[in-house]
Amino acid sequence: MSTTATSPVPGKPQQGKPQPGTPESAREKAPAISAKPVTWKVPVLLAVLGVVAFIFFGIMGPNQTAKFGISSSGDFFQLPAIEVPAFLGGIVLSVLMLGLAGYAVYLKTRNEASPGWLPIVFIVLFVAAFLIWVVGGARTPSISLAGLIAGSVTLAVPLVFGSLSGVLCERVGVVNIAIEGQLLGGAFTAAMVATLTKSPFIGLLAAAVAGAIVSMVLAVFSIKYLVNQIIVGVVLNVLVSGLTGFLFSTVMQANKAQFNSPGRLPIIDIPVLSSIPVIGPILFKQSVVGYLMYIAVIVVWIGLFKTKWGLRVRAVGEHPQAADTMGIKVNATRFWNVTLGGAVAGIGGSFFTLVAIDSFTKEISGGRGFIALAALIFGRWNPIGAFFAALLFGFADNLQSIVTIIGTPVPSQFMAMLPYLVTVLAVAGLVGRSRPPAASGIPYVKG
Amino acid sequence: MVRVLKLELRGITKRFGSLIANDHIDVVVEPGQIHCLLGENGAGKSTLMNVLYGLYEPSEGEILVDGKAVTFRGPGDAMAAGIGMVHQHFMLVPVFTVAENVALGAETTKAGGFLNLDDTRRKIKEISDKYGFDVDPDALIEDLPVGVQQRVEIIKALVRDAKVLILDEPTAVLTPQDTDELLDIMRQLKSNGTSIVFISHKLREVKAVSDTITVIRRGKVVGTADPGASTTELASMMVGRAVNLTLDKAPAKPQETTFQVKDLTVIAPTGQHVVDGISFDIARGEILAVAGVQGNGQTELTEAILGLQERCHGSILLDGEELLGHSVKEVLRAGVGFVPEDRTVDGLIGTFSIAENLVLDLYDQAPYAKGISMSPARILENAKSRIDEFDVRTPSGALAAGTLSGGNQQKVVMARELSRPLRLFIASQPTRGVDVGSIEFLHKRIVAERDQGTPVMIVSTELDEVIELADRIAVLYKGKLVGIVPAGTGRDVLGLMMAGLSPESAHADTAHPGSAHPGSASAGSAHPGSAHTPVQTSTSGAEGGDHE
Repeated sequence: MSTTATSPVPGKPQQGKPQPGTPESAREKAPAISAKPVTWKVPVLLAVLGVVAFIFFGIMGPNQTAKFGISSSGDFFQLPAIEVPAFLGGIVLSVLMLGLAGYAVYLKTRNEASPGWLPIVFIVLFVAAFLIWVVGGARTPSISLAGLIAGSVTLAVPLVFGSLSGVLCERVGVVNIAIEGQLLGGAFTAAMVATLTKSPFIGLLAAAVAGAIVSMVLAVFSIKYLVNQIIVGVVLNVLVSGLTGFLFSTVMQANKAQFNSPGRLPIIDIPVLSSIPVIGPILFKQSVVGYLMYIAVIVVWIGLFKTKWGLRVRAVGEHPQAADTMGIKVNATRFWNVTLGGAVAGIGGSFFTLVAIDSFTKEISGGRGFIALAALIFGRWNPIGAFFAALLFGFADNLQSIVTIIGTPVPSQFMAMLPYLVTVLAVAGLVGRSRPPAASGIPYVKG
Repeated sequence: MVRVLKLELRGITKRFGSLIANDHIDVVVEPGQIHCLLGENGAGKSTLMNVLYGLYEPSEGEILVDGKAVTFRGPGDAMAAGIGMVHQHFMLVPVFTVAENVALGAETTKAGGFLNLDDTRRKIKEISDKYGFDVDPDALIEDLPVGVQQRVEIIKALVRDAKVLILDEPTAVLTPQDTDELLDIMRQLKSNGTSIVFISHKLREVKAVSDTITVIRRGKVVGTADPGASTTELASMMVGRAVNLTLDKAPAKPQETTFQVKDLTVIAPTGQHVVDGISFDIARGEILAVAGVQGNGQTELTEAILGLQERCHGSILLDGEELLGHSVKEVLRAGVGFVPEDRTVDGLIGTFSIAENLVLDLYDQAPYAKGISMSPARILENAKSRIDEFDVRTPSGALAAGTLSGGNQQKVVMARELSRPLRLFIASQPTRGVDVGSIEFLHKRIVAERDQGTPVMIVSTELDEVIELADRIAVLYKGKLVGIVPAGTGRDVLGLMMAGLSPESAHADTAHPGSAHPGSASAGSAHPGSAHTPVQTSTSGAEGGDHE
């Protein structure tokens, strides 16, 4: 400010060009003062994790050689397995991590923010070091990387659908805590209808309808009757859980063949492409639900950010009054979007009973609706972000079971905590600040 | 040839339950005119315009466009009929770009519903160039200054071919300079055939641009006035009785300095320095008015003094005692009276009775409390005398405070805060949303407190209020103290200071255009954002705008 105060010389006319002493130039300078400051959060967190990695994965690292298989026997061509001496690998990777943390600290001292790639690279290194450490310390120090990743994708399917449902609802301004209930409702209905009609495909459709119905209840109560959205969501979860549990024990268990034998959706194997190592099974050897997942992510992303529908949806979720004054029907938009979100979650629910297992059991969704909610936040309310966040959670989930199988020194209970630990770290905002849609959770009342 | 439109409102009545917000209002907006709706806060102007814009349905009456009765079921219908509105609180999505905001609701699409923003960008450029708005279609709204956001709102209406533009209290958020630019834009729009309905309670602006003035009071049209009418005439029409617009105030007799703020910095949760190294002091028997556009650190400054801000550095001394680091209760007990800027949120508990609200600060002390029990009789007794003293218009102190009008609520807050012996009195936005009658009363009380020898600090975004009350004026900009100037400093100088100029350069800047033609190159070039603004300072005086 001091420059603006002194530059115009009193008594001397200054015409022509914009002068430094004008309000406009004062405004231009303003961001320097109000610019968002760089916090210590990221550098400190990275440094702590780096030190943890160095001590556990490096200094205290196991002495075996960890072996990671890449190709499976049926693959198109074979790639050799990667073998890493666990101790050396741990040291090298953790030193790299400390280097990155040091760079973040250095940037902070110069008051610059860490670039976006930095935490991502750090996470990749950390996960790699963790894998080497775990596998290196196991009784049989060898796992199939391809199998690990393919399994992660499989486990992530319901999470992805759940978080897409969350994206669709929150982007339009309604918090969907009922994802869990929608998944469960979808799973139950898919099993029941598929058994009755003897067609898993009709079961799939029915799952979407069931999810949509759960969502409509949420929509009606939160939009029309202005009931607190969180409370309606929680109540719906309990309601669906109770209802499906009751019907399961009274109807399904009594006559399993008649009501709870849906049969699985076939795995569609695209020839040749599915034999590409690692990515083949992920992309080209999936059930209908798996393929639908990829399509849904892309369609929702394009829809939200590239179309007229998406612009209106986002406007309603950010500033409903503004949308209303532009002639957009706020509550109708909310209602139909929430319904659509429910249908998407319902399809995700069918994965449990039509793809993973071929029958319904009580609480089959097992809290994945809440993990999906975390994926939504970690993914910053963006379909693609939510997809990758869900993959990360699926990965943690799958790693936990594989690591238990190969036998590591780490207690299995601790490994079972892994997905949730990742969730907590993620939601605590490891990768930057996330900002929800401004009107999310706030009912719109005209006037 | 631009199509023009004549707009008539006939017998519009709007009821909310038993409350009549608009009572048989008739207004005719002639094509190509700037028609002002003048009235106090709460007179029903905004309700009327929301009816016109299709946001509310009228309980009775009809709207005629070019002589034909129309029914608007929503803003969409109103827009289709050629009516555009710029709301007092902008209807812009902060995380959208200008183009996305303008396109919203009237999107052009390619096949398959895909957005085509190029078309919108082109239209924004056209309008922006025509009126010298200098708006970048791809800028994010949240990055734009308020004045530019307002232009985006105007563009939104113009892109939709608005023939009548409603501006609802458009100057409330602007600096005086931005306001002058807006008034020029309004004139340009008029010369291009757009009619404007200008809603305001600021007489100076109304007189500067209006062709016709309709005065509304308590939901009714009380008459029309000529823009040439004097401010006192307009004010008395607006209020319904003769008002004294200038405050009778004896010159200050400052005594010893008892309140000092030294190098105060307040850090927001985001890490931003919202108050940045401010130092000032106030003497007993003096009013220091803190001026500035809203959001430049005033709120945080007052909250820091009261102990509501967590991360503060520096020093706040009252009679040599440090206030910083003490709880709000301790600060209040030290003799600080505080009127918060938003009475409905921080000043009162709406569902509590007036009597209870009057003892919110002393509820746990004698004579209102004894041990753990409170004495309702004493509280009610206290209420009676305060209600009389402060002329609160209410049948009973037992009524909920939320039922009072804005002015009476503010009197309750003021009555509570002034009922203790004070060593410092702080009032933030003391008369925001308060009727003119109450403003007079509240101002007198503030001056009376000063004359008793209390140091008084007023925070106001209304320049008129600052000028009226202040013995000295401190101007805040982006959390920094731009300078402290004596009362009597010109409105234009204060305006420039509110935009961040130091007092010296503000004086220099206002001196030059005065010596040459008003509105010569220097004025135009001082605002690169508005190359088409030919006149900068002509409306800054109270009588300046009558040449329309």
